[in-house]
Amino acid sequence: MSDHSSSYVPSNGFTRWLDERLPIIRLMYDSFIVFPTPRNLNYLWTFGGILTFCLVAQIITGIVIAMHFVPHGDHAFASVEHLMRDVNWGDLIRYTHAVGASMFFAAAYIHLFRGLYYGSYKSPREIIWIFGVVILLLMIITAFMGYSLVWGQMSFWAVTVITNLFTAIPIVGEGITQWIWGGYSVGDPTLNRLFSLHYLFPFIIAALVGLHIWALHVVGSNNPTGVEVKSKTDTIPFFPFYVIKDGFMVVVFMLLFSWFVFYAPNYLGHSDNFIEANPLQTPPHIVPEWYFLPFYAILRAIPDKLFGVIAMVAAIVVLFVIPWLDTSKIKSVSKRPLFMPFFWLFVITCFALGYLGAKAPEGYFLLASQLFTAYYFIFFIIIMPVIGLIETPRKLPDSITEAVEGKSGKEGASS
Amino acid sequence: MSSDHNDEGRRDFLMVAAGSFAAVGAAGALWPLVDQMNPDASAKALASIEVDLSPIKEGQAVTVMWRGKPIFIRKRTADEIKQAVSADTTDMRDPQVDGDRAKKPEWLVLIGICTHLGCIPRGQSTGDVHGDFGGWFCPCHGSHYDTSGRIRKGPAPTNLEVPPYAFISDTKIKIG
Repeated sequence: MSDHSSSYVPSNGFTRWLDERLPIIRLMYDSFIVFPTPRNLNYLWTFGGILTFCLVAQIITGIVIAMHFVPHGDHAFASVEHLMRDVNWGDLIRYTHAVGASMFFAAAYIHLFRGLYYGSYKSPREIIWIFGVVILLLMIITAFMGYSLVWGQMSFWAVTVITNLFTAIPIVGEGITQWIWGGYSVGDPTLNRLFSLHYLFPFIIAALVGLHIWALHVVGSNNPTGVEVKSKTDTIPFFPFYVIKDGFMVVVFMLLFSWFVFYAPNYLGHSDNFIEANPLQTPPHIVPEWYFLPFYAILRAIPDKLFGVIAMVAAIVVLFVIPWLDTSKIKSVSKRPLFMPFFWLFVITCFALGYLGAKAPEGYFLLASQLFTAYYFIFFIIIMPVIGLIETPRKLPDSITEAVEGKSGKEGASS
Repeated sequence: MSSDHNDEGRRDFLMVAAGSFAAVGAAGALWPLVDQMNPDASAKALASIEVDLSPIKEGQAVTVMWRGKPIFIRKRTADEIKQAVSADTTDMRDPQVDGDRAKKPEWLVLIGICTHLGCIPRGQSTGDVHGDFGGWFCPCHGSHYDTSGRIRKGPAPTNLEVPPYAFISDTKIKIG
């Protein structure tokens, strides 16, 4: 980890000269070549690498799309169609960017649930977790802004509904909303600023990813047992082992990604977004992209406008304090028999809210949204603190080596 | 040593003074960057419009744009006026008598934006759904408005807003 001394030896005169002035090769060597990593990481740990791939793919395709996009209320929709029909490879590039957003969120949610299941938010990894939640929040804002730029009906009305959430704030809400719009309704100034910020935010995300990885490299990776690294036999160097493992999964991920891009590029989208924005007509059903549906369900589950908005924001804000809500000293849910069913019920809750977010909030759907919303918060605020205090966890292995090799591995560990 | 103490006090004062000065300067420099996002002069220039009401027949409604928002103008029938005036306001979420909402009983002028989350309610053309109270119905989350544009059922917190307007002649209004 951070206290291991560097084993980098510059191989020639130039790298020796550079190393004395800017030890950047040493930093890369220590962080991504010899970096000691727990030997028992499973495939769920490859999603960090997959997410890095997603971010890079979004930035590259996004920069290219910005070369053809016109951020003007009168031309945005037509410029997107122009990109799709006239620009060489334009449809491929745009579909990669659009599907890429969905793939990015899919990977981020898996990464998040991996952290929840294996207790990766617990001491000493609170800062890594907090930066992760900040990144998720920025991803949500960035994806929302990017979706608005298409300037189709669903884009326009999504911006209208979401910016109107700010009118729920007492007294200053109206002023804030007009400040965001740059007018008295969603229009050209709104589109222009959303474009400017949509271009900026991915670079802020990239910087935060840097801090996320920096914090990770100070304390080291968590692992499926939740037992911290105790000796050298508990770890293997990042290269070649995890470079190969991550690389393999990136390729598998790209297969799924490509399937969507080439065979079902619009499957995850909404047909109403092929109609140009019309401020005089609201589509019959306003539905966000799939990755926002659970939050949308929480918003609509509460019949009061202000409290609905508060609940939706709280659903993300609560993630920041999980490290202090969970009172258990045991990291992995697999060692916590009493907690485990509540964890899986929480996973089911998230899927159920996703399903309900696409349904009209009436009758049984509304009731179900309210029940699942209640459980979403009960899980964090009541179940996490209480079960940590009352449960008897399963016995943990003495070390990662013992967990992998059985008791016989202990001799290796003590050598 | 007392001179040292004096010096320390002076240095503290200089630090606080310099810090405050920098903070005020930074806030002053930040304000233009924040305020540039507010509605600009061209948006404000479109702040008022005039509408000729003479072609609108009884029972008919038109939609005009004002500040990028749809404005519903409806020439109400005697029946609709009667419903609007006689409705009991005590049970309403946002109680308001019809006289406070329409300057002349036959003309109802409203901002056609649902006060819930900004969708456009249906009910402008005769073939539309008018909701349970004969006025407008918002398809997004099911808010029902009556013939005075008051919220009667559904999630919207307040009545459809009445924009500032004035009759400049019997058949002409100025909105804004």
